[in-house]
Amino acid sequence: MLDSMAPAPDMRATAAPRAPKIDARGVNVHYGETQALHDVSIAIPDRSVTAFIGPSGCGKSTFLRCFNRMNDTIPSCRVSGGITLEGEDIFDPRIDPVQLRARVGMVFQKPNPFSKSIFDNVAYGPRIHGLAQGRDELADIVETALRKAALWDEVKDRLTAPGTGLSGGQQQRLCIARAIATRPEVLLMDEPCSALDPIATAQIEELIAELSSRFSIVIVTHSMQQAARVSHRTAFFHLGHMVELGDTDAVFTNPRDPRTEAYITGRIG
Amino acid sequence: MTLLPFVLLLVGAMLAYAVNHRAAASLRSGGARLHSSPQYHGLFAALTVLTSALLLALVWLALDDVIIDHLIRRSLPPPDGDAASAGAMDLVMAEIHSLARGQTFGTPEPWKQKAADRLTAFRTGSAVALLVSLTCLSIGVLTLRRRRFTPELRARQGSERLTHAVMFACCAVALLTTAGIVAALLFETAKFLQKVPLSEFLFGLNWEPQIPIREDQVAASGAFGWTPVLVGTLVVTVVALVVAVPTGLFAAIYLNEFAHRRFKRVAKPVLEVLAGVPTVVYGFFAILVISPAMRRLGDALGLDVAPNSALAAGLVMGVMLIPFITSFADDALSAVPQALRDGALALGSTRAETMLKVLFPAALPGIVGGVLLAVSRAIGETMIVVMAAGLIARLTLNPLDSVTTVTVQIVTLLIGDTAFDNPKTLAAFALGTMLFLVTLMINILAIRVVQKYRETYD
Ligand SMILES: Nc1ncnc2c1ncn2[C@@H]1O[C@H](COP(=O)(O)OP(=O)(O)O)[C@@H](O)[C@H]1O
Ligand SMILES: [Mg+2]
Repeated sequence: MLDSMAPAPDMRATAAPRAPKIDARGVNVHYGETQALHDVSIAIPDRSVTAFIGPSGCGKSTFLRCFNRMNDTIPSCRVSGGITLEGEDIFDPRIDPVQLRARVGMVFQKPNPFSKSIFDNVAYGPRIHGLAQGRDELADIVETALRKAALWDEVKDRLTAPGTGLSGGQQQRLCIARAIATRPEVLLMDEPCSALDPIATAQIEELIAELSSRFSIVIVTHSMQQAARVSHRTAFFHLGHMVELGDTDAVFTNPRDPRTEAYITGRIG
Repeated sequence: MTLLPFVLLLVGAMLAYAVNHRAAASLRSGGARLHSSPQYHGLFAALTVLTSALLLALVWLALDDVIIDHLIRRSLPPPDGDAASAGAMDLVMAEIHSLARGQTFGTPEPWKQKAADRLTAFRTGSAVALLVSLTCLSIGVLTLRRRRFTPELRARQGSERLTHAVMFACCAVALLTTAGIVAALLFETAKFLQKVPLSEFLFGLNWEPQIPIREDQVAASGAFGWTPVLVGTLVVTVVALVVAVPTGLFAAIYLNEFAHRRFKRVAKPVLEVLAGVPTVVYGFFAILVISPAMRRLGDALGLDVAPNSALAAGLVMGVMLIPFITSFADDALSAVPQALRDGALALGSTRAETMLKVLFPAALPGIVGGVLLAVSRAIGETMIVVMAAGLIARLTLNPLDSVTTVTVQIVTLLIGDTAFDNPKTLAAFALGTMLFLVTLMINILAIRVVQKYRETYD
């Protein structure tokens, strides 16, 4: 609405509401007969961090897995509704879910490095998607990804050592490096710190803040402090419904829904 | 008759349990503090009776035949002349034993009949004496246990100690048997090596285990170089693996990743049943189907295929190993954590890429372990090669030729009338030792590999 009135072009650039990176409309998810998500709609902006919070089993992971169609790999799972990535319907038959997953990276709750060397772990995505023309470029991509994941200095002397030999926090950063090496546009993180100690958690959180200047990040977390620290927007889920969505500060200081308030103050969950 | 002591023993144990359990329970209801609960007092008494009586019965049953035999021998009239060789005596004893069993050939001499009657009498006497002493022992132990019963008795520890002893004994039986088998093998092998030098056995290129049948016969003294036999075994094994490994692995990959779940539910048990088919059945298959088919195929291609070709035996052995390898590889693939599969898919891998580049490498150590176990099975496999491979040791790498294997040679050397003092028979034990050593090494390697792979996911 502003843009129609604003005369100065530089003003428009900042004021214009950017088109959302991901736009989900009326998403329902069933596992067999049971419905896990009820009519969820959300717009996820680019270059920012969106946090999903809520009690365990409320459907956060289920919703997150819709964005890269990982739910397709669960036989009993049915997803309905519309989700667009950059305006493109991700359920369009012309979209290959395999290609979609290269654009929407994912980091899991438990670090899951492959039983390969550190280098090969990070090079896995670029290799299968043919992102590098030759060894040098591949090595560049791997180095860049490891640097962005703040792991380079710790592993640069042992790139050929197995990825499974790293500590838990290092493994999780390796998985982040592996995800960003395929140059995704969106990064989905499902409780990425729940298996880590506080120091490793702080490192990952720092990393998330840095990465958010380049990617759109969606993070599921069970820690409200973490959501408050790293995210710009927060969505609260309860029993398969998205109960509240807003700027993180607003959600935490001034929740509109009584269930959100109860959760934040520790009365449910 | 032999069953009765064991029935007695069981009754004694139950009685001991009941008596001590009652005693402990009544003490406790009287307000006394017991160290162990009444069940343990009962159990301890029962186990003491059981183990002591069992020990007596086992020793008795092991010894009574020997002792009776000895007594009978002593009572026999001294054999006439110096023909009193041990062999003649054995023959007489065998005759007496069959007389005692009621098998008469013609009219036995009266003194033999008498000896047979004595034998029967001794046996009956021994059985009765065993029953009596078992009863006495049980009652004795039972009374002792009941007398020794006090509230402070550490009955739980006692019964645990006894249970441990019994378990240890079971374990010892298994280990001692293995040790005994190995010792027997090594003993006979040593005797063989006194007649044939080790270097000739290991490096000799001829295997012709003939020996003169009569002392004065002019014949080759036989050649005992195992190289051609070993090479024959390896040729058959390699053919088998060339068939089994790729087929088995692809089957496992298909079942694990691509097959419909309903198909897998049927296929997996079928494979496991197939792994249990007796190898003699595969042997029939080799003789009736594969060997003739190979010959016809060879004729059509203008190749000379021997009737007992290594190829036919190896092919069938390979078919036998397929379910084994499939089953093992499927287990190894299923053991790869779901998280790795998800991780690969989330990076935009196809299912084929996920399998080939992530799951398969992760499962590789387990798969290699399975393949090694298959190798040692192939080397030790006997029935298929006895039926389908040749008998003549020929030093050749050509799978179309007829070869023989270590197991086939062991079987043929030991078939028929054998005396355990000529190199021909002893050679079988030497081959057995080598077979044992080779499979042992492969199995150790396999176990190592599998263990290493277990560590990766803990
Ligand atoms: N693979 C599955 N099959 C069946 N039900 C599932 C599966 N995954 C999750 N669910 C169910 O869906 C609901 C939401 O689960 P999830 O999305 O994992 O919750 P959250 O991540 O918020 O803890 C839960 O009730 C859970 O039992
Ligand atoms: Mg979850």
